[in-house]
Amino acid sequence: MPDGGQTTLARMRAGQSGVVAHLQGGHGLVNRLSALGIIPGKRITKISSTLMRGPVTIEVDRARVAIGFGMASRILVQLDDESTK
Amino acid sequence: MKILLMGNPNVGKSVLFSRLTGVRVIVSNYPGTTVSYTRGETKLGEGTAEVIDVPGTYTLEPTSEAEEVALEMLRSGDVVINVVNAANLERNLYLTLQLLEKGVPVVVALNMWDDTRHEGIDINLDKLRELLGVPVIPTVAVTGEGIKELVENIPKATSPHLPSRRRDQRWAAVGRIINQVQHVTHRHHTWRERLSDASVKPLSGGIIALAVLAVSFIVVRFIAEGLIGYVFEPLFNNLWAPVLTRLSAILGGGGFLHDIVIGKLINGQVDFFQSFGLLSSGLYIPFAVVLPYIVSFYLVLSLLEDVGYLPRLAVMVDTIMHRLGLHGYAIIPTLLGLGCNVPAILATRILESKRERFIAATLISIAIPCAALQAMIFGLVGARGAQYVVIVYGTLFVVWIILGTILRYTVRGFTPELLIEIPPYRLPQWRAMLQKVWMRVYGFLAEAIPIILGAVLVINILYFFGVFEAIASFTAPVVTNFLGLPKEAVTAVVIGFLRKDVALGMLAPLALSAKQLVVGSVVLSMFFPCIATFVVLLRELGVVDMLKSTGIMIAAALITGGILNLVL
Repeated sequence: MPDGGQTTLARMRAGQSGVVAHLQGGHGLVNRLSALGIIPGKRITKISSTLMRGPVTIEVDRARVAIGFGMASRILVQLDDESTK
Repeated sequence: MKILLMGNPNVGKSVLFSRLTGVRVIVSNYPGTTVSYTRGETKLGEGTAEVIDVPGTYTLEPTSEAEEVALEMLRSGDVVINVVNAANLERNLYLTLQLLEKGVPVVVALNMWDDTRHEGIDINLDKLRELLGVPVIPTVAVTGEGIKELVENIPKATSPHLPSRRRDQRWAAVGRIINQVQHVTHRHHTWRERLSDASVKPLSGGIIALAVLAVSFIVVRFIAEGLIGYVFEPLFNNLWAPVLTRLSAILGGGGFLHDIVIGKLINGQVDFFQSFGLLSSGLYIPFAVVLPYIVSFYLVLSLLEDVGYLPRLAVMVDTIMHRLGLHGYAIIPTLLGLGCNVPAILATRILESKRERFIAATLISIAIPCAALQAMIFGLVGARGAQYVVIVYGTLFVVWIILGTILRYTVRGFTPELLIEIPPYRLPQWRAMLQKVWMRVYGFLAEAIPIILGAVLVINILYFFGVFEAIASFTAPVVTNFLGLPKEAVTAVVIGFLRKDVALGMLAPLALSAKQLVVGSVVLSMFFPCIATFVVLLRELGVVDMLKSTGIMIAAALITGGILNLVL
C-alpha cells in the first residue's frame, strides 16, 4: 500500500491527494462530514486553502467541498506516496 | 396523491418542480436556495397529484433546519421523486439508499444527465435500475428532456424495502453500486474548473471577490441611474407633471382633497419628492426612485446566483464572518438583504445553529438597508453630495462589524464551521434568470406599491388631523436634543414601520441640512424594521428572540444616531 505518511487535511499542500484515515471528533462532526461523503476510506484531493486559517477546499467524489479550518484539522489523511516526493 | 421532490441540495429539484407543475419558483445555482417547501399540482393519468418541492438534504439525519423540514415532509408523502445529480452519483446515492430503506415508493430522476456526457461519465442505466430496484429516468430539467417519461413512471414507483443499515454499511453499498454502474474516462480540466479553483485560492480568490463586488455595485448603479435618467424622470417630468399641474388647478390649489391627491405645492409647483400626495410622491417614489434599483439589483444578484459565484464568496469571507459570530455562508442571506430583508431573514434557515440565525437576522434587519431604502438614500442624500452617501454606508458597515462582534461574544450557543458544497460554474439560463428577476420585481410591485400608497394616504390624513404634531411634541426631547433632527422627523420613524422608502421620503420636505439627512437616513435604516420584516422576524425567531432583536435595534439606532450627531 502506498504510504506517504499521515497528516491532517489542514496541513496538506494544495494539489496533494490521499485517503481519509480518521475523523477526530464527536458525533456532530462525523455526521456533517459523512453527509457530504467525507468518510474514512474516501479518496480526496486538496484544491486550496485560504489565508488566516480560512476554509480548505477539497475534491471528493468529483465534487468540490469547502471545509472550515478547525474541521479540516480534525480530518486525518493518509497521503499518497508520490505526493511526498 | 402527494408527490415529494427530494434530493441533495442544488441538483435541480426546483427546476423540475416548475417543469412538472408550471408553478414559478426561485431557482439558483447554490445549495440551499429552497428553504421552505412549495406546493403545486401536476396532471397524472386521469387526475391530478399534489407535488411538493422539498428543501435539499444530504441525509435523513438532519443537520440544519432546512433538512429537518425535508424529513418532516417525508412522513406525509405517498411517492418520492428522488432527484439525483447524475454527474455526482456517489454523493447522491447515499440519500437514495436511505429513502429506499424507509419503505416509501421511489422513482429516481437522474437529473443533469447532459453533464455526464461532457464530463466523460458513463452510467449503465439498466444495471442501476436492477441494483436499486426502482425506476430510474434520465432527465435534463432545464430543457425538459425526460420529464414526460418521468411522469409516466410515477405510478411504477416502488420500494424494495432495503434493510435498515448503519452509515458505514450504507456508504459501502454506495461504493459497490458505483463500481458496477459507473465508468469515468479521464479528461482535461476545463477553463470553468480552472476559474472555479482560482476563485477559492487566497490571492486570486481575493482579487476575484473584490472585482465581482465592485463590478456588481457599479453595474447596479449604472443600470438604475440609466433607467431613472433616461426613462422614468423624463416620463414623470414631461408627461405626468403637466397632468398634475392641471389637476391641481382643478382642485383649487389647496385643501384636504388636494393635499391627499396632489400634496403640498412647493413654490407653486408640484415637487415629486416634497409634495407628498398620492399621485405625486406616492407614484414617483415607487416607480421612478425605487423600481429602477429593484430591477438592476435583482438582475445582478440573479446573475451571480445562477453562475454559482456565491458559495465561493462564502469561502473567501468566512474568516471575516467568524469575527461576527457567523460563518461564511451567512454572506448569502446578507446579500439577499440588500434587495429585501424579508427573503433574507427566511434564507438564514441555511445556517445550522439557532445562535447564528439570531445574529444573522438581527444584523440584517439593523445594518443591511434594502434596495428600496438604498434607492432613496441615493436619490435624497446623493443629491447633497456623494460623500454623504459614503458616510451613510460607512456608518452602517461599521455598525455591522461592531454589533456583530458584540453579538459574537454575548449571544450564547455555538457557531459551527463552514461546510458547503461548491457547485460548478454554470452559464446562466437566460430565460429562467429573467423570469426570476421578473418574479422578484413583480413581488415588489404587488406587495410594496399598495403599502406605499396606503402609507402616503395615512400620512396625509394624520397630518391633517394633527396627530403627528402630538407625537412629534411628545418625542421632541430625544429627537431634537439627542439626534439633532427637527421634531417633525419622528413622523418618518413612525412611518418607517410601514415602508422605509416612504419614511425617508418624508424627510425631503423638512429642509434638513446634509448632516441631519445623514443622521436621519442612518437612524431610519437601523431603527424598527418595516412591518413585513417584523412579521418574518417574529415567525423565524419566536417572540422572545424577536423582542431581544428589537431591543438591540432601538438601542443601536439611538446610540449610532447620537454619536453621528456629535461627530459630524
